[in-house]
Amino acid sequence: MSKTLYDKIWDDHLVHTQDDGTSLLYVDRHLVHEVTSPQAFEGLRNSNRKVRQPNLTLAVADHNVPTSDRSKGISDEESKLQVETLEKNCEEFGIKLFGMNDKRQGIVHIIGPEQGFTQPGSIIVCGDSHTATHGAFGSLAFGIGTSEVEHVLATQTLVQKKSKNFRIKVDGKLSIGVTSKDVILQIIGKIGTAGGTGYVIEYAGSLISSLSVEQRMTICNMTIEAGARAGLIEPDEKIFNYLNGRPMSPKKENWDKALEYWIKLKSDGDANFDKEVTLDGKDIMPMVTWGTSPQDVISIDGRIPNPENEADEDRKNSIERSLKYMGLKPGTAIKDVKIDKVFIGSCTNGRIEDLRDAAKIVKNKKVAQHVYAMVVPGSGLVKQQAEQEGLDKVFKDSGFDWREPGCSMCLAMNADKLKPEERCASTSNRNFEGRQGRGGRTHLVSPGMAAAAAISGSLDDVRKFQN
Amino acid sequence: MQKFKTIKSIPAYLPIVNIDTDMIIPKQFLKTIKRTGLGKNLFYEMRYNEQGTPNDDFILNTSPFNDTKILIAGKNFGCGSSREHAPWALLDFGITCVISSSYADIFYNNCFKNGILPIVLPEAKIKELSEYSKRKEEIIINLEKQKITFGNNEIDFEIDQFKKKCLIEGLDDIALSLEKNPKINEFEKKLSSNRPWILND
Ligand code: SF4
Repeated sequence: MSKTLYDKIWDDHLVHTQDDGTSLLYVDRHLVHEVTSPQAFEGLRNSNRKVRQPNLTLAVADHNVPTSDRSKGISDEESKLQVETLEKNCEEFGIKLFGMNDKRQGIVHIIGPEQGFTQPGSIIVCGDSHTATHGAFGSLAFGIGTSEVEHVLATQTLVQKKSKNFRIKVDGKLSIGVTSKDVILQIIGKIGTAGGTGYVIEYAGSLISSLSVEQRMTICNMTIEAGARAGLIEPDEKIFNYLNGRPMSPKKENWDKALEYWIKLKSDGDANFDKEVTLDGKDIMPMVTWGTSPQDVISIDGRIPNPENEADEDRKNSIERSLKYMGLKPGTAIKDVKIDKVFIGSCTNGRIEDLRDAAKIVKNKKVAQHVYAMVVPGSGLVKQQAEQEGLDKVFKDSGFDWREPGCSMCLAMNADKLKPEERCASTSNRNFEGRQGRGGRTHLVSPGMAAAAAISGSLDDVRKFQN
Repeated sequence: MQKFKTIKSIPAYLPIVNIDTDMIIPKQFLKTIKRTGLGKNLFYEMRYNEQGTPNDDFILNTSPFNDTKILIAGKNFGCGSSREHAPWALLDFGITCVISSSYADIFYNNCFKNGILPIVLPEAKIKELSEYSKRKEEIIINLEKQKITFGNNEIDFEIDQFKKKCLIEGLDDIALSLEKNPKINEFEKKLSSNRPWILND
């Protein structure tokens, strides 16, 4: 029978299936961070269990770490305790950890690929919903809860029921100034935040295969915002080249064996998808969110929608609620919306290509006077690379703050946050109420668009800045 | 895990769609290293005003709903982050059953790991129940029979039979999977020849 890529990965990881389809899957790679793991380790200790495969587990502190000078440690007592707890747990259970002062430290979904820990055809989990990011390598990667983290630590397996297959095909080319962030925002706008619920999405089509590895990660990353279990892309030459020689990539004869397996990872031509959606590259514009859900999205030429035009009562109420929270009026051109802050970073857009995109726009220009703008590289290695290329200087010269790596204002768990009613152009992935700080107002955009907003002082069209 | 018993309680209705896990428990409370104690911060930003005093308009701050065990809410409940702190906060508050027309995947799974029953009903039934909740009368959730009883009415609901069994018997997932240890060993043996790079590098 013909199979999709998802079907194939699933079948290759089956340890056991019950009559009702509930399955036990083997987990190849497990990423761990400080926020969703303490209770899992505690659970292991309470029941006298060990970590089955410490070598398949990699830990890093990212959510709670300060992005300012780290030489004095963490001042927030609770954050400090959480990071120290991770250190203790990793030591006790024999798990490799990139500590806060390790230059390989960074956001969990950035360091996995960077180290070659993320590999095609594998099942990768992490107590974090944006684990979907790793699907860019043709792996089945998804977020799990803390009880499941404990389950994976103890058994190296996970209990799952199979999802349905959903293919999103994007053909054509990206217009100038349009990025993979705009592609995924447009997709979420089209199918809605629950559009993928119950499915694993495979992204396909000529536009998708033309994307770089990092751009693919941005797309898979936000799959969770469309409600899907995971998002993946068939691995190709670009992926194999990216992985070749990374510290945790397969070596020597194992590399050859891996490659032989990896090139076969694709959906069969006549495989059946339960749902399909197609988009054309030429219809994709630079996008920006106006509301408090990632599906509340319009192109930069658009206007804030009017709830009165909505027939559906629930939708109408939710638009009204969003606009009230966001402090926006129906009919306003989104380009006229003034901003206070700019955040460039996160596991969605905190990689080197993202920083290059943004730096190109701000070079030799100044951040608008009323705007505070920050760049938080996704990892220590991204930061190092950017500094080698002089990007830090470009940013600093134009008035950006250049910070240490971490999640930072993507979720505002550390000191980086918005004040009530402050408005931010952000390259992160969630514009929920309070996400970037209580009462804070988030507009999700691509790195180039965030840079354009920093210069203009309002949301703006990145295409204006292309030469 | 606590065994799931029949619940009798006055349900609270939260007429909001897409309630995300940031709303259920905001990130400032994720710094804990424990599972307990989160109930007082459940729905924090709606429940308290900026000074930190309770917002009297919020349903879970008003009697009799402050004692509820059952929450009815709009569709796509629990979307967003994977934080299990969301079901922990619900449980710590005393809520052991959520009723909605749909849930986000991860949240839905997390509920079962914590003895919380997430019931899925069609929109029309949600309307009916939410109307009924205005009467402030108890309703009964019987998982064994897959039945909700309110006044003289009944609604049947569907649920995965394995998940139902785990809830009713309070089964520990990990213990169940560890019973399959021989199969996991066997899988790893095959893995070392089929995909050796997974274990070796
Ligand atoms: S950058 Fe944001 S979305 Fe990504 S892992 Fe960190 S908090 Fe989560």
